[in-house]
Amino acid sequence: MLTFEKLEQIRQENSNLNQNGTRVVVGMATCGMAAGAKAVFDFLKQEIETRGLTGITLVPSGCIGTCSLEPIVDVYVPGQEKVTYIQVTPEKAQKIIEEHLINNRIVDEFAKKLEFSNQVRIALRNCGIINPEDINEYIARDGYQALAKVLREMTPQELIDEIKKSGLRGRGGAGFPTGTKWSFATSSSGQKYVCCNADEGDPGAYMDRSILEGDPHSVLEAMAIAGYAIGSNQGYIYVRAEYPVAVKRLEIAIKQARETGLLGENILGTGFSFDIELRLGAGAFVCGEETALMTSIEGKRGEPRPRPPFPAVKGLFGRPTILNNVETLANIPPIILNGADWFAGIGTERSKGTKVFALVGKVNNIGLIEVPMGTTLRTVIEKIGGGIAGGKKFKAAQTGGPSGGCIPAEHIDTPIEYETLIELGSMMGSGGMIVMDENNCMVDVARFFLEFTVDESCGKCAPCRIGTKRMLELLEKICNNEGEEGDIEALENLARTIKAGALCALGQTAPNPILSTLRYFREEYDAHIKDRRCPAGICQAFMHYVINQEKCTKCHICARNCPTKAIIGKPKEKHTIDDNLCIKCGLCVTKCPQKAIEKTHKN
Amino acid sequence: METSICACKSEKFKQLERIIAVHKGRPGSLIPVMHEAQELFGYLPLDVQAAIAEGLDVPLADVYGVATFYSKFTLQPKGKYQINVCLGTACYVKGSQLILDKIAEMLNISVGETTADGIFSLDATRCIGACGMAPVMTINDQVYGQLTVESAEKVIQEYLLKTGRDVNVNI
Repeated sequence: MLTFEKLEQIRQENSNLNQNGTRVVVGMATCGMAAGAKAVFDFLKQEIETRGLTGITLVPSGCIGTCSLEPIVDVYVPGQEKVTYIQVTPEKAQKIIEEHLINNRIVDEFAKKLEFSNQVRIALRNCGIINPEDINEYIARDGYQALAKVLREMTPQELIDEIKKSGLRGRGGAGFPTGTKWSFATSSSGQKYVCCNADEGDPGAYMDRSILEGDPHSVLEAMAIAGYAIGSNQGYIYVRAEYPVAVKRLEIAIKQARETGLLGENILGTGFSFDIELRLGAGAFVCGEETALMTSIEGKRGEPRPRPPFPAVKGLFGRPTILNNVETLANIPPIILNGADWFAGIGTERSKGTKVFALVGKVNNIGLIEVPMGTTLRTVIEKIGGGIAGGKKFKAAQTGGPSGGCIPAEHIDTPIEYETLIELGSMMGSGGMIVMDENNCMVDVARFFLEFTVDESCGKCAPCRIGTKRMLELLEKICNNEGEEGDIEALENLARTIKAGALCALGQTAPNPILSTLRYFREEYDAHIKDRRCPAGICQAFMHYVINQEKCTKCHICARNCPTKAIIGKPKEKHTIDDNLCIKCGLCVTKCPQKAIEKTHKN
Repeated sequence: METSICACKSEKFKQLERIIAVHKGRPGSLIPVMHEAQELFGYLPLDVQAAIAEGLDVPLADVYGVATFYSKFTLQPKGKYQINVCLGTACYVKGSQLILDKIAEMLNISVGETTADGIFSLDATRCIGACGMAPVMTINDQVYGQLTVESAEKVIQEYLLKTGRDVNVNI
């Protein structure tokens, strides 16, 4: 059995991650892999072996967050500052081995000092640093010390009071105070459950995936702490099947925690038992909603059920259940170790701590960032994000996924908190922040989200099933240059009805993308309907292709490739495009060697 | 339902029995069994659903209900190469719809379909969380990031060549 002393011993033995000499860390989260990290890792491994290099430990890690610079390789030589190599290929890796690992000469041309100013890393504290497949590295960074502390020093009530005092609120989107949620489940006795919502369905958000891939034990430890708080011995993690790497690392982590004695019976000899099972989602966005998630764990169609009764009273298998999001849980161990006051000292009056955002879209430095609550959108986009790509103009930031809305450029100085975002008609959501520039059409964005909602509506209640479909039809009409006077009012009317009548959060928030784009970009809707124009040039129905006669060399390639024979003209003669035949596939644009075919507004 | 089951198929059904035996009696075992069954058979035809229903002692209607509720479960066989183009927001705003359209055109199938020879299937997928690499697509387990219409076209052409098909080059 693992004792407190033995845990401390493991921590001390591993506390120096560099103890075996030079440490080479390759970022191997899904985005790193997409950039080719696996080839780099395999190459390094093979080279280290064939060259017989000793005193080098090669480890995979999670994501440090600077996705656009992947694959990333960190080299830690004992006694020297860490060196980060970016956009590494096997060829670059060869040079890094020859120069840095063998001759201790830093390859400056591939190295970059990563910039983390304006950021505070709590939930992401271990991501990109430790090997997520080795429990000892987590323990080395004070892992499972918080669990040991609560088991040894705190009563469940003291623990809940501490979490309440920290001001931690749910990071899954709604922002409900975590300590309060836990306290609801303490009053009853008998079998209870702790669930982790890892069904990160918001398109454009991947912080939970990153935590699970980079630091899975932080979630396991926090779930055990939550189990102790409410008196539960069983946890479930509901994770998306779309995240195979996260699933694999969670499986490894659970196995190692069981073997070490940090999950299972009589943990640390305290009589407290807790185990965790994984449940895979199967591609249904609605299962991110808490009651639907629990129905899905029960093995049924993931349809939500009305609340009350709330899960804390009657949840999974009809028993009291608490459900927390991945990022929320990842915050728990540091709160226990550093104290509620430390956590409450970060952030703002109403929103404490930090928030992780997936900063994506048209921004220069795409990636995962963790900032104190209250940081302004301007800091996030201009300082951390490095401004808009291609020197274009910032138009709006979309937060909260299909349940959220857009924050327009005029509100760029808004501090990011739960309340301020709601006041702006958006919401925190799980943390996807998609930056859009002048080339994005806001009507099209609303249509995109409604298409998503219609597809993902579970069909149980009529307002969502039928209402979202009607809204989508109206939006499609507007985008197809068939909009009419009164369409906007019809949309607003539907939106109000659905908000009031839908059963669960998916339906209740589904109109938000429309309402927020209408609030800030109504003139774009008007342009589509009244002026018959799509100002951003995105909606195809308002555009047509024309041949720039000055550039055209009359080579006839476009006409030969046109699938509908819409390009009229013989070789060496003038070519024109017949709008009635053109299906706007854009093939001619890609084929024209002179780039003489241009997409322009019809009006 | 088929009356004569080939040897390999009956072997798979035996494996399915073993999968069911592992999960049976545990709470909420239906979906985990269906995941493993789909992994084994590639899809969930009616006879597989019936075997699951019988093995776990749940109504076939429940199995069918779950199979049709979740998009990951498929009642039709998928291609040898499953192409998934991400239509998550980050990919969409960076033009992944154009990539999807292009691939559909190249393979001459619609989204959600499989080529007649069973080699390729094409789907639009929900966000796979590689937004930093947007736009992305996956072909089986391989992830391709920072795509353009041209680079995606190239990737597909490589697969077409690999599978000995004609590459439709117009010029």
